[in-house]
Amino acid sequence: MWFGERNHFNEMKKWLKLSLWIVLIVLVGIQFVPVQRNEIEPVTNADFIEHYESPVVIGNIIRASCYDCHSNQTKYPWYSNVQPIGFLLQNHISEGKSVLNLSEYGLLSNRMKRAKLKSILSQIDDDKMPIPSYPLLHSEAKLDSPKKTLLVNYFDSLLKINK
Amino acid sequence: MKKSNSTLTLALVAGISFSLIACANKKSTDHENGNAVHDHSAMNHKAEDEMSAGSVMEISENKSISQLIDQYLAIKNALVQDDSKAAASEGQKLAEEASSIDVNTFEASKQPEIKEILEVVKEHGEHIAKSEIAHQREHFEGMAKDFMDLLAITGTDRTLYQQYCPMYNKNKGGYWLSDSQEIKNPLFGSKMLTCGSVKETISMK
Repeated sequence: MWFGERNHFNEMKKWLKLSLWIVLIVLVGIQFVPVQRNEIEPVTNADFIEHYESPVVIGNIIRASCYDCHSNQTKYPWYSNVQPIGFLLQNHISEGKSVLNLSEYGLLSNRMKRAKLKSILSQIDDDKMPIPSYPLLHSEAKLDSPKKTLLVNYFDSLLKINK
Repeated sequence: MKKSNSTLTLALVAGISFSLIACANKKSTDHENGNAVHDHSAMNHKAEDEMSAGSVMEISENKSISQLIDQYLAIKNALVQDDSKAAASEGQKLAEEASSIDVNTFEASKQPEIKEILEVVKEHGEHIAKSEIAHQREHFEGMAKDFMDLLAITGTDRTLYQQYCPMYNKNKGGYWLSDSQEIKNPLFGSKMLTCGSVKETISMK
């Protein structure tokens, strides 16, 4: 009885050790997997802020709140170099860019611009964007009420020009 | 000691299997998406029937537009019934329909605008396919103008009614198209089923 339990205990210990080693090796290993960085320079005329010659105040809010996931110029936090966090961020970024890439906004047809502007407007108005987890780590990205009103009015005015 | 060890191992195993399950799930949804091919044949028949019935569809290009209208109306009907799931699958079909249309079959001078319209319709369809109902309605409403513009170029194979509800979007108002004069509001559904009026009639040339 005693020996049986003892063996069982040793067996468990062996397995635990092995699994911990595997996890450790995987964690170290993935640090060397190359991750594509979303830092394409330079900013072109097709850039949303350039395209509309947005006022500086507005441009700064849009850059801080939207550009990390919706442009070709992500400002990476230090922990993006730690995997698998970096992979997760990359996922968010490519998903965000596939729906809206503000760096290439100027290349869209006027019709598509209208559709995108409407979506942007309603996403901000309904507090769907920026996604809630994002301002937790990027306080500067948070759209407080005055910023939100500023953006909503601005996008609304662009929609009117774009009619 | 023994207990805490086995708990730890259990947690590890659970964690690993959880991530494996997550991967498997993702695969299966990818698979489903890949298989989301729908049957066009029913719609083809309908279009053919209408043609043989002697409607105005002399040009073959309108056949694809006809299917696009069918698809738009299918989304409308789903939204009238507050059926988000049906709207999503019809939205997916609309996106596929829009991208399958060969712009080259249209007159050269009309091609650029038709292409732009179809791109936007595809975009709206894709959003309708993956959103909750309020968002589906926003995209559906957004499409009304694009469809009006399209039909102004290509013509229509049936009489359609542009309808308007002034209460939509915080009283900014919203449009949609219907094949019936009777108002059944897709922007509010059962909440305000009969709000709206006919603004314009789009008839066959």
